Amino acid sequence: MSEVANTIFSPELAARFDKLVTIYPLKRSALVPMLLYAQDEVGYISDAVVTEIAQRIGIYELDVRNVLSYYSMLRTRPAGKYNVQVCTNISCMLRGGYELLDHCKKQLGIGHKEVTPDGLFSLEEVECIGACCWAPAAQVNYDFHDNLTPGKMDEVFAMYREGRGKDVK
Amino acid sequence: MPQLVSHPDEVRVLSRRFGQGAADIDKYIELDGYKAVQMAIEKGPAQMASWIIDTMKASGLRGRGGAGFPTGLKWSFVPKQSDKPKYVLVNGDESEPGTCKDHVIFLHDPHAVIEGTMIAGLAIGSKMGFIYLRGEYRYLLKMMEKAVADAYAKGFLGKNIFGSGIDFDIITQTGAGAYEVGEESALMESLEGKRGVPRIKPPFPAVVGLYGGPTVINNAETIAAAPHILLMGGEAYAKLGSERNGGTRLFGISGHVERPGVYELPMGYNLKKAIYDVAGGIKDGKKLKAVVPGGSSCPVLTPDEIDVGLDFDQMGKAGTMLGSGGIVVLDETVSIVEFALRTIAFYQHESCGWCIPCREGTDWIKKTLTRVHAGGGNKKDIDNVQYLAENMLGRTFCPLGDAAAMPTLGFVKKFRKEFEEYIEGKRVEHPLIAIKPMGELIGAAH
Amino acid sequence: MADVTFTVDGTRITAPAGTLLIEACKSAGIEIPAFCYYPGLSLQAACRMCVVRIEKMPKLQTACTTPVAEGMVVQTETPEIAQARKATLQLLLGNHPLDCPVCDAGGECELQDMTFKYGAADSFYAEPKNHREEQQWSPVVFFDRPRCILCYRCVRMCGEGMDVFALGIQNRGASSVIAPNVPAVQSPDDLAHVDCEQCGMCIDACPVGALTSGTYRYKTRPWEMNHVATVCTHCGDGCKTTLGVRSTSDGSEIVRGDNRDKSGMNGDFLCNKGRYAFDFANSPDRITTPLVRQPDGTLKPVSWEAALDHAGKKLRELRDTRGGKSIGVVGSNRLTNEEAYLLQKFARSVLQTNNIDHHRTADYVAFAQALSDHPGRTASQLDTTTAKAVMIIGGDPTNENPLTAWNLRSDVRLNAARLHIVNHQQIKLTRQAKSFLQISDLSYGALAAFLAGDDSAVDGLVHPAADAAAFHTFRDTVRAEESLLVLIGNELRGEDLKRLLNFGVTLPNRKFALLSDYVNSRGAADMGLLPDMLPGYTPATSTNSFGETAIPMAAGLDMLEIFDAAAKGDLSALYVVGANPVLRYDIDPATLKNTFIVVQEMFLTETAAIADVVLPAANLYEKSGSVTNSFGDLQQVSKAGDRSGVRSDFEMIVRIADKMGANIKALVPFGKGTYADMGQTRGAQSGEADRHAVWLTANHLEPRTSPFDANAILDEIQRLVPGYDKMLRLQLLSGNAQHLEPAAQPSNATRRDLVLPSNDKLFTSGTLGRFSPMLEDLQVNDARLAAQKLVQIDNQAAAD
Ligand SMILES: Cc1cc2nc3c(=O)[nH]c(=O)nc-3n(C[C@H](O)[C@H](O)[C@H](O)COP(=O)(O)O)c2cc1C
Ligand code: SF4
Ligand code: FES
Repeated sequence: MSEVANTIFSPELAARFDKLVTIYPLKRSALVPMLLYAQDEVGYISDAVVTEIAQRIGIYELDVRNVLSYYSMLRTRPAGKYNVQVCTNISCMLRGGYELLDHCKKQLGIGHKEVTPDGLFSLEEVECIGACCWAPAAQVNYDFHDNLTPGKMDEVFAMYREGRGKDVK
Repeated sequence: MPQLVSHPDEVRVLSRRFGQGAADIDKYIELDGYKAVQMAIEKGPAQMASWIIDTMKASGLRGRGGAGFPTGLKWSFVPKQSDKPKYVLVNGDESEPGTCKDHVIFLHDPHAVIEGTMIAGLAIGSKMGFIYLRGEYRYLLKMMEKAVADAYAKGFLGKNIFGSGIDFDIITQTGAGAYEVGEESALMESLEGKRGVPRIKPPFPAVVGLYGGPTVINNAETIAAAPHILLMGGEAYAKLGSERNGGTRLFGISGHVERPGVYELPMGYNLKKAIYDVAGGIKDGKKLKAVVPGGSSCPVLTPDEIDVGLDFDQMGKAGTMLGSGGIVVLDETVSIVEFALRTIAFYQHESCGWCIPCREGTDWIKKTLTRVHAGGGNKKDIDNVQYLAENMLGRTFCPLGDAAAMPTLGFVKKFRKEFEEYIEGKRVEHPLIAIKPMGELIGAAH
Repeated sequence: MADVTFTVDGTRITAPAGTLLIEACKSAGIEIPAFCYYPGLSLQAACRMCVVRIEKMPKLQTACTTPVAEGMVVQTETPEIAQARKATLQLLLGNHPLDCPVCDAGGECELQDMTFKYGAADSFYAEPKNHREEQQWSPVVFFDRPRCILCYRCVRMCGEGMDVFALGIQNRGASSVIAPNVPAVQSPDDLAHVDCEQCGMCIDACPVGALTSGTYRYKTRPWEMNHVATVCTHCGDGCKTTLGVRSTSDGSEIVRGDNRDKSGMNGDFLCNKGRYAFDFANSPDRITTPLVRQPDGTLKPVSWEAALDHAGKKLRELRDTRGGKSIGVVGSNRLTNEEAYLLQKFARSVLQTNNIDHHRTADYVAFAQALSDHPGRTASQLDTTTAKAVMIIGGDPTNENPLTAWNLRSDVRLNAARLHIVNHQQIKLTRQAKSFLQISDLSYGALAAFLAGDDSAVDGLVHPAADAAAFHTFRDTVRAEESLLVLIGNELRGEDLKRLLNFGVTLPNRKFALLSDYVNSRGAADMGLLPDMLPGYTPATSTNSFGETAIPMAAGLDMLEIFDAAAKGDLSALYVVGANPVLRYDIDPATLKNTFIVVQEMFLTETAAIADVVLPAANLYEKSGSVTNSFGDLQQVSKAGDRSGVRSDFEMIVRIADKMGANIKALVPFGKGTYADMGQTRGAQSGEADRHAVWLTANHLEPRTSPFDANAILDEIQRLVPGYDKMLRLQLLSGNAQHLEPAAQPSNATRRDLVLPSNDKLFTSGTLGRFSPMLEDLQVNDARLAAQKLVQIDNQAAAD
């Protein structure tokens, strides 16, 4: 049973949160991970997520908003089921990051921070994701794809479309 | 999964276990894992801390996070007595563009990070360590979590580690997308559940850090080096490197080279050799135009400046920095204006916004360069950019402002002609680059 | 801490070690510019304006975070530093709208001043600025985002200072923005709002015009106002406030209340009432002509002469035919001391009655009687800023005495003061408290007994939230405090209050204060607006004269008895000065049918509406004199606003007395001072401060040439009222507060305390509040936010 009555989260996540707030010297340390895990489950940080997390940690909702708006991986609107994040930072740019991004835009028919009509994909141009030596790179949700070319990217799309994609969480 | 590379010039200390399945705890133990921490404990309570710190000092290891501060010295700053608990904090935020070395360590040798954390803990008298990974490294976080759980299961972590009577716990933590959180005090804020804004210094973390307690914060590579250093001895480690720059380091070579990858090279290794021998030279036989030698915040080097040793002092003398060891190689086709714009766009995006010079300075440089790049520049723009960068330098609240100003100054000073060409209409903008807009309000902000 | 000596710009300066360089320089007369630094709030080092060069340091250092050290050598104005500041300003101005000509802060803007100083007006950006629409966060708080320079003063003020935390910082980098706690997505109107105490401290702290006030914005330019320092008329804390006034066709209108004169005991603090609720003075509902009831029963405007004549004649006739004992007088908590004194003197000597009372909001008689033999045991408001330990019994300072609450929070934050609270409810200050105990609202008497040492009283205390042991621990804790400031709410009265105080004075280093509700609640009691107490708590039964004045020697009727008498048909006349007893005491107007009623009022209140004569009165912002706050701190009030047609209560009392044929020289001993007309006697002009008073003050003169000059009565107060004899006139005239201690004779006689708390909260202020559009708006706003929260909770529940 979750510590919070009427939790909006799945029993597993609620249980995880119950634990998370106890392991740190200060409860509030759980905030950033909680937001991220909540987003993984709900799809984005909804008002209800803000409310429940504020309650769980015992801080104001405003505090939660202040923090969540700081971090670029957190969003307050739904993304696609598969969020495609193409790095265009220097190392990737040198090896075709922009061409790759452009290709993704064409293939998916959407731009930066947009979602395909079927809700399957969303696209994001992101800053360096720590895969510089295997550039250009992209992440689909949390999964890394390295040494990409437009052709390889199409395979990646196909993989997720057909449900073969990994989804680390 | 990132592929491993190798080269005969490599000296494998840190990367010794890479590719051998050392993420598995038993394999790690088989490969001398958890020996160093036991060696330390065997010194006994009276000797342990001083032995570790002396060995670290002797090793000449300097922080691999970017600034190159001597690690042993840093550990020795932590007060012996403290009312508040002390902490060890592992900085795995790795966000400096051009840098992906910690990625490889977490992937191939997670237990080395754990063992290093324990060693740092023993050195300063801490009972708790945190391993903070950037949010994007979720799969690595899962690996770290598993490694930590395995270490607990073996009784290596928790109560009375290795019968020493000492307790030590490790918590893994994730960020959520913010370069600035790599800055040590901003990381502490983030770990305390706050916005990743740096703290006023002094007090320094060694005195007042996480939760107000004395804290040692080190880069993941620095920490992972500790067990190896204890095993091989400080002097032996020091000898591998150059003067005042002990040991080896993981260098990430990316961009226009034939064999990009993360290589472990001795400190002081020649940069030119690293590019031409180790990484196989410039891709597709093109000519070299420039090198950003240590992550995006380091001032650019021109081809005639790269015959220099890769250590903190030599790079400093060359007017740039060793930084995070991410060597980015640019061939002759690269537009420096575009590269400079992409670099400043990053810092503009990542500025925490706390202080005026960084928040406004990065924004205006980005705006101006965007216009110059798009063909709408005027003569005064180059001077303006230089003026802005010069006035940010050394005046911001934390070094992010410098990290944005230094490369910008490098580009406009060393490649001023190229900027002028854009302004004179001699070059057109890249058809693809369109710097994403800085979003409005929450959620869409970044 | 030990002193250190260091050098700034070649000057040797000494300051306590640990002092921040910026503060040490300020004390030495060297100004270091700063946007983000704000004394008393946490350090930010964000604006980088305060950079200085410190010898042996590689970079410029921020003076706002650097503690001074022995031998330090500092430069604060070199070309290098000027360039750094100039560049910072240029960066700020790049995105600043530069709409100074219409900005409220224009002329009072720190950014403007800095730009002027460092000459950063040239702009070299070609890019468009980031424009955003102005947002209204509440009836009183507006936010103009492009003007914001992100100094975070507002955020800290709201969080650290007010303990409200309604403002935050959101997004990052160039998108960073100050955000209020009700986001647009959660508002029915899709606009962001702020759910808070609406104190406006954020506006006050804002160095530019990013946060502006609903009452003041776009009203005037700062230099078009006159600024008058006076005392806020709302609660018993006695905040000093600076009123900005501007001429209008019928007087001078107050357009702004702020605390730019930070010299007062409130430092930089003002609550929403002090800041915005001056607007009752500008209300169109004000009565501006005298009204007299006609034979047909209607109230008709008449001339002043006619109204005063009617009132005077009628009162004289009733006194002479039915006796002074048939007349009742009700005074006010918002009169000046001079007026209150004059009113009781008039009642006692001219009307010949002791039937005089006021709406009592704390038992100052018991307080004075218990402490009068113990000099040094009454606390000043200033003590709340420095006390090492404080105990609050009852009351709710946050709502009822906002300055006291602010001072206590600051004291806890800055001086690590220990706060101990006993209350029947969980008041907001418990968040700062070291210890808190809850009792039932009926057990304050038992509490007093227990604290005084009666262990058996603990049974009367025990509350589900605490056990007997907790009370013992609490008592041990407060007794163990070396020194203690005890703040007492109105819940403790009479014998209970005396018991507590009598015990308290047996312990060393205990100081006490009794909190009350109105600006001059304390003064009204001190000045003898009581049926049984003459000024200075002299029992009315003890003497048949006060000073040179003959008075009846008997206790008069108290407030309730006066109205009982009316109901019995025994009250021939009722003279009400600035009070609304009909509403406050729920009096049936029918019982007053046969009573001749004279009311001096600003508005046609329930009491004024049934009067025979209504005289339009000036309020505290429209007259001069003095008031005494809950703590016994005496301060001067100065005339700021003016409304043609109204007169001060002082003048009206004198004029009625005159019409009754009284000896005015005996009532107001005027004409004893300087006679010369200094050429300045024309008094207040439209849109001006009281120049006469200003000029006299400047010259330390008190001519008392007119019977309407309150100074003449002040002389008498100083001469005759115990406690007020210690008053220092120069202190008063210079606008400084001075603490006075009551000097009553101890007494064991039991009496009815008749304390009726006003129950004013943050957004109400007795009758005044009903005529303040801003307070009305704030109440509506507050109710709306509360309702919204309920809807959200419902939605949440429905979604679950
Ligand atoms: C803007 C900024 C970003 C930084 N990012 C990182 C980072 O991602 N990883 C890291 O280890 N150090 C980073 N640092 C350096 C840390 O502040 C700190 O110096 C380092 O973690 C200390 O470890 P070391 O002594 O082992 O190098 C950054 C510093 C700044 C100013
Ligand atoms: S330099 Fe200033 S704005 Fe930039 S990241 Fe550091 S503190 Fe934030
Ligand atoms: S006042 Fe020092 S940085 Fe703002």
